[in-house]
Amino acid sequence: MKQGGGTNRIKLAFVALGATVFLCSCGGGIQSSTNPAGPNAASLSRLWWLMFWVTAAVYVLVMIAVFIAIRKGTRKSDLNPVLNLPPETETSRRNAVLSAVIVTVVILFVFLIYSYSTGRALTADLGQKNGLSIEVTGHQWWWEARYNDVDASNMFTTANEIHIPVGVPVLFTLRGADVIHSFWVPNLAGKKDLIPGKVSTMWLQADKPGVYRGQCAEYCGLQHARMAFWIVAEPQEQFNAWRQNATQGAVPPSTDSQRYGQQVFLSATCVMCHAINGTPAGSNIGPNLTHVGSRNTIAAATLSNTREHLTRWIVDSQQFKPGNRMPANNIGQKELDALVDYLQSLK
Amino acid sequence: MEREREELERTWAHEKGWRRLLMETDHKLIAKRYIVTAFVFFLFGGIEAALMRIQLSRPDNHFLSPDKYNQIFTVHGTTMMFLFAVPIMTALGIYLVPLMIGARDVAYPRLNLYGYWVYLIGGLLLYTGFVLNTGPDAGWFAYVPLSGPGFSPGKRVDIWAQMITFTEISGLVGAIVIIGTVFKMRAPGMTLNRLPLFVWAQLVTSFMIIFAMPAVMLASSFLASDRLIDTHFFNPAEGGDAILYQHLFWFFGHPEVYIIFIPALGFISSIVAAFARTKIFGYTAMVLSLIATGFIGFGLWVHHMFATPIPQMGQSFFTAASMIITIPTGVQIFCWIATLWHGKLNIKTPLLFVFGFFAIFIIGGLTGVMLAAVPLDLQIHDTFFVVAHLHYVLIGGSVFPLFGAFYYWVPKWTGRMLSETLGRWSFALMFIGFNLVFFPMHQLGLSGMPRRVYTYLPESGWGTLNLIASIGAFVLAGGVLAFIVNFLWALRAGAIAGDNPWAADTLEWSVSSPPPPYNFHNVPVVQGRYALWESTPDAPVIRGLSTSKRETLVTSVLDAEPELRFEIPGPSIWPFMVALATGVTFIVGIFTPWAFLVGAILTGAALACWFFADPNYENRPAREHPERSRPVSPPAGLQPKEV
Repeated sequence: MKQGGGTNRIKLAFVALGATVFLCSCGGGIQSSTNPAGPNAASLSRLWWLMFWVTAAVYVLVMIAVFIAIRKGTRKSDLNPVLNLPPETETSRRNAVLSAVIVTVVILFVFLIYSYSTGRALTADLGQKNGLSIEVTGHQWWWEARYNDVDASNMFTTANEIHIPVGVPVLFTLRGADVIHSFWVPNLAGKKDLIPGKVSTMWLQADKPGVYRGQCAEYCGLQHARMAFWIVAEPQEQFNAWRQNATQGAVPPSTDSQRYGQQVFLSATCVMCHAINGTPAGSNIGPNLTHVGSRNTIAAATLSNTREHLTRWIVDSQQFKPGNRMPANNIGQKELDALVDYLQSLK
Repeated sequence: MEREREELERTWAHEKGWRRLLMETDHKLIAKRYIVTAFVFFLFGGIEAALMRIQLSRPDNHFLSPDKYNQIFTVHGTTMMFLFAVPIMTALGIYLVPLMIGARDVAYPRLNLYGYWVYLIGGLLLYTGFVLNTGPDAGWFAYVPLSGPGFSPGKRVDIWAQMITFTEISGLVGAIVIIGTVFKMRAPGMTLNRLPLFVWAQLVTSFMIIFAMPAVMLASSFLASDRLIDTHFFNPAEGGDAILYQHLFWFFGHPEVYIIFIPALGFISSIVAAFARTKIFGYTAMVLSLIATGFIGFGLWVHHMFATPIPQMGQSFFTAASMIITIPTGVQIFCWIATLWHGKLNIKTPLLFVFGFFAIFIIGGLTGVMLAAVPLDLQIHDTFFVVAHLHYVLIGGSVFPLFGAFYYWVPKWTGRMLSETLGRWSFALMFIGFNLVFFPMHQLGLSGMPRRVYTYLPESGWGTLNLIASIGAFVLAGGVLAFIVNFLWALRAGAIAGDNPWAADTLEWSVSSPPPPYNFHNVPVVQGRYALWESTPDAPVIRGLSTSKRETLVTSVLDAEPELRFEIPGPSIWPFMVALATGVTFIVGIFTPWAFLVGAILTGAALACWFFADPNYENRPAREHPERSRPVSPPAGLQPKEV
C-alpha cells in the first residue's frame, strides 16, 4: 500500500514534532522572559502563557481535523473526480467551517481585550510612578546611564551596570546617541527602542534582589552582539550606599603605582574619550570610568572585570570586540601595570 | 487541420541562438528563466543561511568575522525576499496564468522580457558587491540612521538601495503583465466567477504589488539620495525623521509577506483539488478571503514597530488588524480541510507538501497572533522567536507549497515525471530538517537571544538549542538537494508525463507537456470552474484566429465575452536595451548623480526605439465574433496515471 506508507510517514513526522515541543521545556535563566522577576515582566508572562495554551489547543484541534480528513480520504478506491456532493453534506460542511470561524473570532476577541488591558496597565500611570528616574543613552556599542535627581549634585553618570532598588518602580528615559538601539531586560520588562531624535520612556521594577542581564535588541551595527548590560537589583539600604558612593568623585590614588597610573591615564590618549570625575579627565565619548573598579564586567558586559581582561582590553580591545571605537594602545609594560592598578582602585 | 498546426508552429517558432536569449518573448521561456534564476538565488540564500548556522552552532565561535556575518545575514534576507520569493511566485504566474485561462501569451510580452532582464541585473549587482566584500551590512530592512551616510560609509548600502529599485521595477512589471492578462485575455466562458483560485491568488498578489512597491521605492530612493546628495530626509539632526523610514519600509514590508504567501495559497488550492479529486469547498469564501487578505495586509505594518515610541492607543488598531487577518487565512484552511474530508485522496508528493504546509504554517500563524499583541511583542520582538515565526510562516506558508507546486507542475514544464520515491525523501528531509532548525528558535527567543547577533557568550545557555538548529540546517539542505537530484534525473530519465498525468482540472493540462509555443491550437470555450472536469465531450472551441500572425483573443473583463483578435508583439531587442540603459542609470548612479541625467537620455532613446523602430504588429478589431466549431480532441481521461 503505497498510499498508507505516505500517511505513516506523515504521522511519524508529527510525532517527532511533538517530541521536540516537550524537549523544549521552558527554562529559567538570567536573561529570560519566562522567568519574570518584576510586576511588568510577570504580567507579560501571564499573557504569554494564556496565549500559549490557547493556541496550542487550537493547533492540536486543527491537526486532529487534518488527520481525520486524511484517514477518511484515503479509504476511497477509484479516483474519478467528485463534482457533486449531496446537499446535506454541503450544509454540514458549511456549518462546520462557519462554527470554526466563529470560534476563531471569539478567541481573537479575548486575546485582543486581554492584550489591550495588559498594555494599558503597563503604560497608564507612567507619569505617577514616583520612584527613581534614570536616563539611558545607547551608544555604538555601550550604554550610558545617568541618574537624575532634583539636587544636581546628586546626579551622576555610569555605564553598562545599572543599580536599582528592589520593590520600587524605576522610570527610564531612553535616547539614542548615534543609531537605533533597543533597551531590553527580559526578566524585568519588554523592550523599548532608543531612537536618535526621539525620547521614549518605560518603567520596570524588580521584586527580587538579583542581577539581570539586558541586551541591545535592535540591530545597531558591527558589535550589536556585544552590547549588553546588567541590572543589579538590591535592597534599598544597599542601593543607597551604592548611590552615595557613586555621587562622589573618584577615590584619589593611594599607592605610588596608582599615582603613576593616574599620570599615565591623564597623559595618554585615554582622556580623549573617558571621564574620571575629580580629575581633569572629562570627555563623554566613551564610558565614564569614575567607579570602573566597582563594576563586575567591562566592554558592555562582554568580559568579567579581571586584571587580565582589563590589561588585554587596554592594549588591544579589538581582539574581543572587533570594530569597537577604542583604539589599540601601544604603551610600555610598566605604564600598563600602573594604569591597571589605578583603574582597579577606582571603586 | 495538420497544415494549420504547422503554420502555427512556424509563426510561433522561437528565435535561434543569441536572438532567442535576448529577444524571444514566449512567456513560458521567460518564466522558466525566472524560475531557474530565482532558484539559483534560493540556493545562494541557503548557503548563506548554512554559513550563519555554522557560526552560531557554538558560543564564541570564530568561523565568521562580525563584519562577514553582518553582510551574510543582510544578503540572506535580501536575497530570499527580493531575489527569490517574490520573483519565483510571479514567475509561476507568468508561466501558468495564460495556460490556465486559455491565452496564447501574456498581455505585454515585451514588457515581461524587460522585467526579467532588470531583475537579473539587480541580482547580479547585489552578488557582485557581495563577492567584492561590498555586500550590504545594515540588515535587509536597512534602518536609518545605521544605513545613512554617517554610519554606513562606503558603497555597501547604496548597492542594497539600487538592488531594491531593480527588483521593484521588475515586480511592478510582472504585476501589470498578470493583471492585463487575467482581465482581458481569458478564454470565452471563463467569467470572473469561474476563474481558477490559482489565478485569483495571482491577481490579488499583483494588485498588492502595485500598491506596496511604491512605498519601498520611496524609502530606498530617499535613502539613496540622503547618501548621494545629502537630502536629510531621515536625518534627525536636520529635521528628518528616522521613524518615517520605518513606516515607509513596513508599509511595503508587511504586504510583501502576503505577496509571497498569497500565490502559495493558489498553489495549494490547485493541488488540493487535483489530489483530493473534488471541487474546493467554498469557492466564493475562498475568493473573498484572498481579497480580504489583500486589503487587511496593508493595515498591519506598525506591528513591526511596537517597540518604537508610538502611543498605545494607536498601536491597538494595528493589533486588531493583525489579529483580524487570521480570519481570512483561517477560512481558507478550514475550507481545504473540509475539501479533503470529502475527497478521495491520491497521496502523492505535492499533497504531502500541502500536509507539511498545514503542520508548519499553522504554528507560524498562531505565533503571529502572539506577536500581534503589543505587550507580548515587546518581549519577543527582535528575538529568535521572531526568526522562528517568520520562517514558519514563509517556509511553511510559501516554500513548502512552492515545492509542492514544483512536484505538481514540473511534468507540465518538462514533459517528464519526477520520482515519487525521491520526492517523498525530499519531503521527509525538508520537514524534519525544517522543524529541527526553527522549532528550538522559539525557546531561544524566550530565553532572551536577540536576532542578528554574530555570537553569544557561553554563559548564556543558548549553546545546545543552537547546535540542534545548526544540525537541522543540513538535514533541510539534504531535502532541497534531493529535489535537485530528482529534477536532474527526471530531465534525462523520468517517465513521460503525457498531457494530464494527475487528471487535473485546469486548462494547462489540456495541452501537451511541455506546451507548444502557441499554447492552444484552438482556444477552448470554458463551461465551468473546473474547466476540464466540467467540459462536455462536444464543448465548442474558438476558430478563426490567424495562424500566420501571433494572435490571441481579447475578451471582456467580467464575462469574458470575445471582443477582438489581438496580435501579440513578437521578439524584439529593445526590451533588453532598455533594461541595459536602466541598469547603467542606477548602477552608475551609486557613484555619481550625473548618471541619472545620462541614463535618462539613454533610456529615453531606447524606449523611443522600442515604440517606433519596430512596429511589426498591429491591433485588428474582429469584425464579428469568431466562429465556433466542433472540438478537435476528445477530453482527457479523468483517472490520474499510475507512475
